[in-house]
Amino acid sequence: MSDLRVVGGELVPPASTRRHLLSIGDLTRDDVDRLLSRARSFALSQERDHKKLPTLRGRLVLNVFYESSTRTSSSFELAAKRLSADTLTFKASGSSVDKGESLKDTALTLSAYDPDVIVIRHPEAGAAAFVAGVVDASVVNAGDGKHQHPTQALLDLHTINETFGQLDGLHVAIVGDVLHSRVARSLVEALHLMGASAVLVGPPTLLPTGLAPSTHDIDAVADADVVYVLRMQRERMLVGANFVPSLREYTDRWGITPGRLRPGQKVMHPGPMNRGVELDARVADSDASLVVDQVRAGLVVRMAVLYDLVTSGPVAVEAAVGVA
Amino acid sequence: MLAGRSGADNVVIRGARLVDPLEGVDATLDVRIEGGVIAAVGEDLDQNEHQVIEAAGSTLVPAFVDPHVHLRTPGREDEETIASGTAAAAAGGYCAILAVPNTEPVVDDPVLLRGLLIRAATEAHVPVGFMAAVTRGQDGTELTEMGTLADAGAAGFTDDGRPVADAGVMRRALQYNAITGRVIAVHCEEQSLTRGGHAHAGAVAAELGLGGWPSLGESLMVARDVELAADTEQPIHLMHLSARESVEHLRRAQAAGVRATAEATPHHLCLTDEAIRALDPNLKMNPPLRTEVDRGALIEAVRDGTIAAIATDHAPHSPEEKDVPFESAPFGVTGLETAFSVLYSELVEPGVLSLETLLARLSAGPAEIFGLDRPRIAVGARANLTLVDLAASWRVEASSFRSRSTNSWLLGRRLRGRVLLTMAAGRVAHAV
Repeated sequence: MSDLRVVGGELVPPASTRRHLLSIGDLTRDDVDRLLSRARSFALSQERDHKKLPTLRGRLVLNVFYESSTRTSSSFELAAKRLSADTLTFKASGSSVDKGESLKDTALTLSAYDPDVIVIRHPEAGAAAFVAGVVDASVVNAGDGKHQHPTQALLDLHTINETFGQLDGLHVAIVGDVLHSRVARSLVEALHLMGASAVLVGPPTLLPTGLAPSTHDIDAVADADVVYVLRMQRERMLVGANFVPSLREYTDRWGITPGRLRPGQKVMHPGPMNRGVELDARVADSDASLVVDQVRAGLVVRMAVLYDLVTSGPVAVEAAVGVA
Repeated sequence: MLAGRSGADNVVIRGARLVDPLEGVDATLDVRIEGGVIAAVGEDLDQNEHQVIEAAGSTLVPAFVDPHVHLRTPGREDEETIASGTAAAAAGGYCAILAVPNTEPVVDDPVLLRGLLIRAATEAHVPVGFMAAVTRGQDGTELTEMGTLADAGAAGFTDDGRPVADAGVMRRALQYNAITGRVIAVHCEEQSLTRGGHAHAGAVAAELGLGGWPSLGESLMVARDVELAADTEQPIHLMHLSARESVEHLRRAQAAGVRATAEATPHHLCLTDEAIRALDPNLKMNPPLRTEVDRGALIEAVRDGTIAAIATDHAPHSPEEKDVPFESAPFGVTGLETAFSVLYSELVEPGVLSLETLLARLSAGPAEIFGLDRPRIAVGARANLTLVDLAASWRVEASSFRSRSTNSWLLGRRLRGRVLLTMAAGRVAHAV
């Protein structure tokens, strides 16, 4: 009886008690503050010789990757292991997906192992939300099409926060192929949520309208505290795409070189990087680069996300049930 | 041109408010139907031992005509059949529908068309007309035998689902179609601008990271097609318009005397791209939902008659096709069983559109475009009538559909205005 509420005379099932991280839009400023401060305390734990914490012992984290990924999948796997959770990584290629299994059936099948968290990357927008609607586990979106990649945005916020000591009032120039970038979409939203601003810089054909102020003028990076460089994919130059005429012209106009940076500016990149294309090697190897800090932040931020979803969610529910 | 069950039912509908804007009727009277024909309209009519339908408090209107339905037959009878699609039409208050030919195989052959008409004669709950393809296999290159197809009973011609991309082929089709007396209906899409598009190319798609399907992808083709209609002095019907710019091209063409007509769908009249933020595959359709400005332009054009027809573009899809992430889902939503109710709830009740205008665009408008007799409330007219309870509200449930498919964007929604009875071609085709 207690799982049905009467609303307006109609019986409706209770809202899902599971929490998910599907989009930056799911988070409040307080959520981000909590996650980043949790990440900082996990970072301290990672300075010890014995890096493993018992926090999620007996829990199961499933990584489901429908797209190739190196750093995101390994970062999630390591984050789960450092928290003592069991992990299983499921790659779509070479699996039942190749035999035509639908996303729904794959999700239901994996769900039968009773995972606490499913981390999913998929080439289509809304795939993580779709899976969240099918399974009982908490779902973390590790990238859905060109839509969202919220843990990347959180690790970027963490990196900036640790470097500058604040987020509020900072200005970030996001340079490159914004149109095809889920990283940029999540980051713009996350920066706005935390009181920072963003400008999009790149070829006019690769800048979507309506996300944030945008310009094709690379000089716009001069005002930024952080220059966030996106990967320039070769596919964008193929016949039929024609977003930019050549890599050479792209690099010439929008590549981040030492000459285009001023002292004190920091440079970030979500990886994998094309050295010499969007980012000059001299910049990549300089003190201005936060790329390695980003990878480190990725581990502790994902630990914080897993911890938050697995502990806060069900604990809160159990408490509520106990009261009732 | 239409095939389906007809009847010679004897019925007296008592005490309904009769509304037929084109006949100038708005009065509370009885209607007696004898042998499927309206025999008398008046006060306290004699029952003549007919079945009596007590309809006080309800409204009797000319039944609706849908010029754009995907019956999925032949080929995808798991999604819709002639029987289920026409039962859905009857439940939605329609007395006639036109099925488009993008089936498997495409209806581009007179023998296939005749077969469909023969089946419809016994299976269809309301009369159905079948449109034939403009080009063989709808591949945009070779014209179908339009003369033979018209003789076999084609209700019109269209390559719906895709455009006739080649302007030269389209021009030839319009010229040659002069021999058939039918209308060519066009799906306006410049595919070089819409490839990879899943949603209107605007702020919502930019935020969601979906490939854009821009307004220009439609309006550029509308501009081309009305120019071709002007050049060939032939009629042309523009299907499912979605963009303000398309409406502007249509208006200019009509003002210049081009015989261009158009239709709009309930979803484009009621929704904008804001609705897709939750990425519900049942909100994915072609052309996509656009902005409030576009919706406003469509409503204005429906109001002033520039767009004379409302068409559902009823497009059934199986659950396994739609129960997937947004980008994998095929385009198309169902609409036959909800069109009147949602338009009444969203446009008439709030005072955006008058009931009279809605009725005209759902019935007389599409009938006249395709050369069909317009349903009317008049003595001597065949009974093509719909009885609606404008005060009743009902909840859209998957289990309530007569359609074989449930890919409706209105699932779970409560709507006002309920169809109680449909008479099509003199026969009671639906009654609750």
